[in-house]
Amino acid sequence: MLLQFNLNGKDIELETRSDRRVIDLLREDLNLTGSKEACGAGECGACTIIVNGTTRLACLMLAAQLEGCRVLTIEGLGGPDANQLHPLQKAFIEGGAVQCGFCTPGMLLTANALLQKNPAPSASQIREAISGNLCRCTGYQKIIESIQLAANAKPGEE
Amino acid sequence: MSKVLIPRSLEQLWQLQAENKDNAVFAGGTDLLVKIRAGKPAPKALICLDRLDELKTITELPYEIALGAAVTPAQVLASPLIKNHFPVLNEALRHLGSPHIRNMGSLGGNIMTASPAGDSLPPLYVLQAAVELQSAAGTRKLQLKDFIRGPGQTQILQGEILSRIIIPKEPVFSHHFFEKVGLRQALAIAVVSLAALYNLDSKQTVSAIRLAWGSLGPTVVVQPEVEQFLLGKPLTTTRLTAAADLLKQRIEPISDIRAGADYRRRVAGNLLKRLNPNER
Repeated sequence: MLLQFNLNGKDIELETRSDRRVIDLLREDLNLTGSKEACGAGECGACTIIVNGTTRLACLMLAAQLEGCRVLTIEGLGGPDANQLHPLQKAFIEGGAVQCGFCTPGMLLTANALLQKNPAPSASQIREAISGNLCRCTGYQKIIESIQLAANAKPGEE
Repeated sequence: MSKVLIPRSLEQLWQLQAENKDNAVFAGGTDLLVKIRAGKPAPKALICLDRLDELKTITELPYEIALGAAVTPAQVLASPLIKNHFPVLNEALRHLGSPHIRNMGSLGGNIMTASPAGDSLPPLYVLQAAVELQSAAGTRKLQLKDFIRGPGQTQILQGEILSRIIIPKEPVFSHHFFEKVGLRQALAIAVVSLAALYNLDSKQTVSAIRLAWGSLGPTVVVQPEVEQFLLGKPLTTTRLTAAADLLKQRIEPISDIRAGADYRRRVAGNLLKRLNPNER
């Protein structure tokens, strides 16, 4: 099928199988390897992307479902300039929220969706929001603190 | 290899179903795509109901509230209408899957999967929900308890879809209770869950009660004798303990990878005791 959607701010069009999993489309066809696949069954959140403003799992979506959608992956989180980091990414670095890094793209996108809806979440709201994203390294504490750090940072502040 | 079809109207859906006999319908895909990946044979056509606006609304009717089958758990949780009328459903859906699964899955899908552990089922049983089944030929309505026949089995016919879930607003219950015991907090499949609706009169005795356990049997378990036993009495620890003992004698819990029958029997009774707020 001919698939059209908006990916990280750019309208794109490509020929694909309609039942291609979105995680494969992103990683293998579009070379966007920031989204990770771990469980492939909707239980770990490593493949979290944002579709039309809400988090979804790229391992449980088929290409045809993206038709006409706005899709944000980790590659687009910092904006159009690939070298630019999002405040959440800066906070994750500063707060030491990254160990092996495999859960990080999904964590960041989930945190981004949370802060869009709730700019000043409590620790328990953060825990609830990231409850579908498993991290096997950090014990979550530094991730939670880093999300709070980003929420507290004023826009434009380094 | 399947082709994925996304109808934009019910008319188009009936046509696509007629043209593609070997099909499966899905809304979020959070169950179906996992099963296909695990080896369930994929049909030639996968028909996605996620863009049918008719199936995506929550509507207040004079005596009922109707939820489109493709409404997501996240949508239900955000609905003041559901929070006001059916707190038991709201509470149960808070524990379904994870935030991402609640964004993707659908209430109709949770029913159609008909898992013994389906989180929406015990609350929908006590609320005496009905399901509306629609096909090119017309519409019929069944009580949810009659619709679900066993694990993964429903009364749906070829060419039909579950289109709406209809919940009566009355009778009103002052107390809504849902608790689920799982192996972890998020993304946990229930070991046992209990949904309860009850009213207390001025003497704090039970004037009406409905109970439904999830993940205890092949389908939702109800126990009219246990309900009867609690009627007209206050929900004291003593009374609830006796009710739990009665329950434990009467049930034959399932045994699976998550828990054995004996453990489930004990948890089912313990959940009942927690109807007394002092036991929580």
